[in-house]
Amino acid sequence: MPGETSPIYLDNNATTPLEGRVLETMLPYLKENFGNPSSSTHAYGWTAEAAVDVAREELAATVGASPEEIFFTSGATEADNWALSGTLRPGDHLVISATEHEAILETAGHLERSGIRVTVLPVDRFGMVRPEDLRDALEPETKLVSVMLANNETGTINPIRELAEVAHERSVPFHTDAAQALGKIPVDVEDLGVDLMSLSAHKCYGPKGVGALYIRRRPRRVRPEPLLYGGGQEWGLRSGTLNVPGIVGFGRAAALTAGSLPEEGERLRKLRDSLWRGISSRIPGARLNGHPERRLPNTLNVSFPGVRAGDLLAEMPEVAASAGSACASASPEPSHVLRAMGLEEDVTLSSIRLSLGRFTTQDEVEKAVKHLARSASMLRASIT
Amino acid sequence: MADSVYLDYAATSPLDGRVLEAMLPHLQGLRGNASSLHAPGAASHEAIEAARESVAALIGASPGDITFTGGGTESDNLAVLGLARANPEKRHIVVSPVEHAAVRESVRHLEQEGYEVTRLGVDGHGIVDPEELERALRPDTAFVAVMWANNEVGTVEPVEELARICIEKGVPLHADAVQAAGRVPLDVGRVPVSTLALSSHKIYGPQGVGALYVREGVKLEPVIFGGGQEKGLRSGTENLAGIAGFGAAARFAAEEFEERTRHEKELRDRIVEGVTTIPGVRLNGHPEMRLPNNVHLTVEGVESESLVLFLDALGYAIGRGSACASSGHKASPVLLAMGQGEREAFSAVRITVGKDNTSEEIDGFLEAFSRAVEQLRELSPLQTS
Repeated sequence: MPGETSPIYLDNNATTPLEGRVLETMLPYLKENFGNPSSSTHAYGWTAEAAVDVAREELAATVGASPEEIFFTSGATEADNWALSGTLRPGDHLVISATEHEAILETAGHLERSGIRVTVLPVDRFGMVRPEDLRDALEPETKLVSVMLANNETGTINPIRELAEVAHERSVPFHTDAAQALGKIPVDVEDLGVDLMSLSAHKCYGPKGVGALYIRRRPRRVRPEPLLYGGGQEWGLRSGTLNVPGIVGFGRAAALTAGSLPEEGERLRKLRDSLWRGISSRIPGARLNGHPERRLPNTLNVSFPGVRAGDLLAEMPEVAASAGSACASASPEPSHVLRAMGLEEDVTLSSIRLSLGRFTTQDEVEKAVKHLARSASMLRASIT
Repeated sequence: MADSVYLDYAATSPLDGRVLEAMLPHLQGLRGNASSLHAPGAASHEAIEAARESVAALIGASPGDITFTGGGTESDNLAVLGLARANPEKRHIVVSPVEHAAVRESVRHLEQEGYEVTRLGVDGHGIVDPEELERALRPDTAFVAVMWANNEVGTVEPVEELARICIEKGVPLHADAVQAAGRVPLDVGRVPVSTLALSSHKIYGPQGVGALYVREGVKLEPVIFGGGQEKGLRSGTENLAGIAGFGAAARFAAEEFEERTRHEKELRDRIVEGVTTIPGVRLNGHPEMRLPNNVHLTVEGVESESLVLFLDALGYAIGRGSACASSGHKASPVLLAMGQGEREAFSAVRITVGKDNTSEEIDGFLEAFSRAVEQLRELSPLQTS
């Protein structure tokens, strides 16, 4: 994968490389099988439609859903927007958590401007939402709860099943953004008990530009209105010519991650823990953010008090990591996730996210520790 | 299957091999999320900006006015919903009756929200009357939507004239140019549209990517909110390979414009000449102001459903109406607006050629077509009038 000059890629929560086997599956649909699945008049269209059906089955099987509960989108951001905007009307009440991805936070902000009331649940110091806080927040007008399965910055995993049960006691549908979780931990709609779930291909070694929204049919608590109108694809709920190669790639990527999950999760956990041991033993004051156990096996969010995250990353171009989430990385604002966990601003600003992936090796982890230790001590020396 | 002759380029076009070459580096190896600040992220950012320049150049725009989306449908929705919601005090919309479903249905959604919609008429060729547009405009008109070229019958609208009328009244005009791009000259420097929708997969680029041109100063509310990509107008991790492919496709479409349109026109005219010698077969849409690759026919006494399937069996892939409407069993609203009856509309087929079709393929198609029409008419309960 990466050549001599490529940095050690520890930013797999931002995006993952496309798996070679996934690309192989996509290539025929980038070449001779180029049809539009909506073309019902000829074999080019039928071949494309059949390929989409297979991918839908693969993705559905990965998350324990039925194929007709999977609706392909251009990505998880669109799925998040659709879940919220399609469900809520002026006068409704929405409950989200403080550590949601921007796709939820910004959509909630937009909905608030259109007359929807929004309650933002706090999180504990590990970044977890407490079911009792959700219970207190529910109102008669609450039409949706949205809490992410795993956080993109810290990897903390929320108790979705319990939270969904609390919502369902009051007949409120439950949405979860599972973009970061898919491929890293088991994601099963029956275990989770969710009604809506957003998924992304490019976070699990699939292509960019494709995602999906899961919409539960039995029992159906919610049926979102479309976000995009037009030719009536996806049973009229999501219009637009289907991105066949992308969808084929998503199906294959999901099937591959599901197949390798228990072993790969364990491998990542060991690598990640070895990364943390290296950092904590060599860099004084380094502090782990997020839940110590209930956390994605690949994610390590660390604060280096006294060092600014941006300076640290700039000091070690040999390591590709990020300060907070990819989307927010251009903004100098402190992470809303870490702030919600109660971290002081200077700690927040000294935090970086190291996210490992399928192609990360023990050798890379050891090298990354060296680069981090060198850069942190250099920056600290220059301050004092 | 792939050995049948493809004559449905308006539905989708094969990916150009050179475009795939441009995409592969972004599908192989390590390429970052374009929003990340580290080196792989920076390389992604450069690729996206290069593509933005190519797409802008195809329509004479500044790169800064191009927003990448998930496709033509999303671009149309962003324009229609975005223009309406950015000007909430204006509650009136003017739209042509021959719009693609992406515009038609998003406008219908606004109508359900309480917007008043004026639907213009078209003449028998599918052309909007500029004077009728002028009369329809009101102080509370939020926007006008008229497509540049129709996806079914191929008629090219007098967009320049329409846009000038709109600009004089200070009303934004949205033009869906998904079918027009690469087939008729598009220059937003000369034609004052406010927004313009484009799709990659109709010009030999990949599916799942499109763009919306938004003239500087035109206000739009986003449809998709989140990480603030595309200057906040369209959030979501950029589809890097798709965008790079779209850029390459746009570059080739501009470079090879003359050659492609000349070739397509030649094939189109051969088809029209050939099929119209069969009694009861006539061309729909404007005879001259039409896309260089579009042949839309009414075949009297034949149901389009049977004809397209017969031709598929003979090795020729053509379309019924527009691809998106293919699975519906409603008569095409475009043909009805042009004054055709339901029965005529169910006897319509669309043949759209592309840069890779050959004259030998067209010869074969003409033979197959007349054979199919002849045999179906013998079988059909419908009688030639």
